[in-house]
Amino acid sequence: MSIWEYANPVKFMRTSGAVLPWVVAAAAVCTVAGLVWGFLTPQDYKQGSTVKIIFLHVPAALMAINIWLMMLVTSLIWLVRRHHVSALAAKAAAPVGAVMTLIALITGAIWGQPMWGTWWEWDPRLTSFLILFLFYLGYMALWGAVENPDSAADLTGVLCLVGSVFALLSRYAVNFWNQGLHQGASLSMAPGERMSAVYRYPLYLTMAGFFLLFLALLLVRTRTEIRRRRLAALLARENRA
Amino acid sequence: MTELGKYAGTVLAAYGASLVLLVGIVVQTVLANARARRELQEHERRG
Amino acid sequence: MKALLIRDLRLATRAGGGFGLALAFFLIVCTLVPFGVGPEGGQLSRIAPGILWVGALLSCLLSLDRIFALDFEDGSLDLLATAPLPLEGTVAIKAVAHWLVTGLPLALSAPVFGLLLHLPGPAYPWLVASLMLGTPALSMLGAFGAAVTVGLRRGGLLMSLLVLPLYVPTLIFGAEAVRRGAAGADPVTPLVFLAAITLATLALAPFAAAAALRVNLR
Repeated sequence: MSIWEYANPVKFMRTSGAVLPWVVAAAAVCTVAGLVWGFLTPQDYKQGSTVKIIFLHVPAALMAINIWLMMLVTSLIWLVRRHHVSALAAKAAAPVGAVMTLIALITGAIWGQPMWGTWWEWDPRLTSFLILFLFYLGYMALWGAVENPDSAADLTGVLCLVGSVFALLSRYAVNFWNQGLHQGASLSMAPGERMSAVYRYPLYLTMAGFFLLFLALLLVRTRTEIRRRRLAALLARENRA
Repeated sequence: MTELGKYAGTVLAAYGASLVLLVGIVVQTVLANARARRELQEHERRG
Repeated sequence: MKALLIRDLRLATRAGGGFGLALAFFLIVCTLVPFGVGPEGGQLSRIAPGILWVGALLSCLLSLDRIFALDFEDGSLDLLATAPLPLEGTVAIKAVAHWLVTGLPLALSAPVFGLLLHLPGPAYPWLVASLMLGTPALSMLGAFGAAVTVGLRRGGLLMSLLVLPLYVPTLIFGAEAVRRGAAGADPVTPLVFLAAITLATLALAPFAAAAALRVNLR
């Protein structure tokens, strides 16, 4: 059984409908358990209780990037193989990615406040996420602006491609731009330092929870898009008849 | 409850903002889906 | 190809074509900034490289929709799409024309605006060099943005939202080159990156822009 079978909207609706309750349940369990567990961990001797923010910040940041990558892949699948479900999945994923990016930005800024003394700092990582947020906004705006659904899918697909190249390029440019300042001010722990198990396992759990949450939202939102398209097609046919 | 110490405000602000956003996108997703399903069903019933 | 270039240049430079608008806007921006941040020379000279680059960038942005909009509206774009010259070539030529009437004059006249903003002396050659190297990328990326949004109502604002994030790397390296030049340090590294971005953009953006145009011409 090939994954391409799910490109068929009917099959996608049937399968996603069957799978959805399980995904939602798993997402709820992992996310809630992970966040509660993380909230109850002891304080870090360096960062105090702010280290608890890591259980929100890291999963959100990871999802922000992975969702964009997923949009890139599904956009390519649409551009090459013209599977409508793929294009709609990309459209559906974008707002979730934007929210994840926003959470990463806000938690990053709040986490940095005690350390930097300000609510915002042009730290390379935060700045890159701000740029990513702008790309998400532009992508969503373009979907909304073009009337013809296939044209919208094509244009946003190309935009996703170009945006991905420039998001990567911006990452390096921003590192270059900020290299002279605040060398030690980045948020995560030093790369060599192995996170202690006390933090590591709740973190894995919340990462899984956020991924499952995205999956659940993606399935529901794609189903919404498919239904909307079906309704639009029916209306168009009636208007022509 | 675990002690939050002097960073209580910070941690709670971060968790609060994140939860608002997460709940927000979940609610919007569910409502939009319900609406799309309802409109499609109404149209198929009428047509 | 040359005929298309000359035609676009002539269209841009005749009365009502908007030539000089970019320069005027550049002037306005460089005038507004001191009103906003205060006239103190030391402060202005520190932010001058950035202001000059952002001003040039915004000025380029202003005239971008003209690249395709007029031809789209009167149908010439459809003709160009079916002409023997590949659409990618058409896009490239139009971007070059845009650069010749926007980016190039901006780059050459920037020193005058640098004077207004107390740009330190050693920076001037690097200001011109960085703008000469960077503005072609701005025109080319702008052409991509214009191609994506051609024919959309309120496309201008959306185009800005799409294009400005693409400008970030060019802006970072361009402004950094001028800053290093102002400090007397060696600006070659950012200039090299700037040139690399421009070259890559010139090579690849026409394909993305042509693809977008084909979608919009359907």
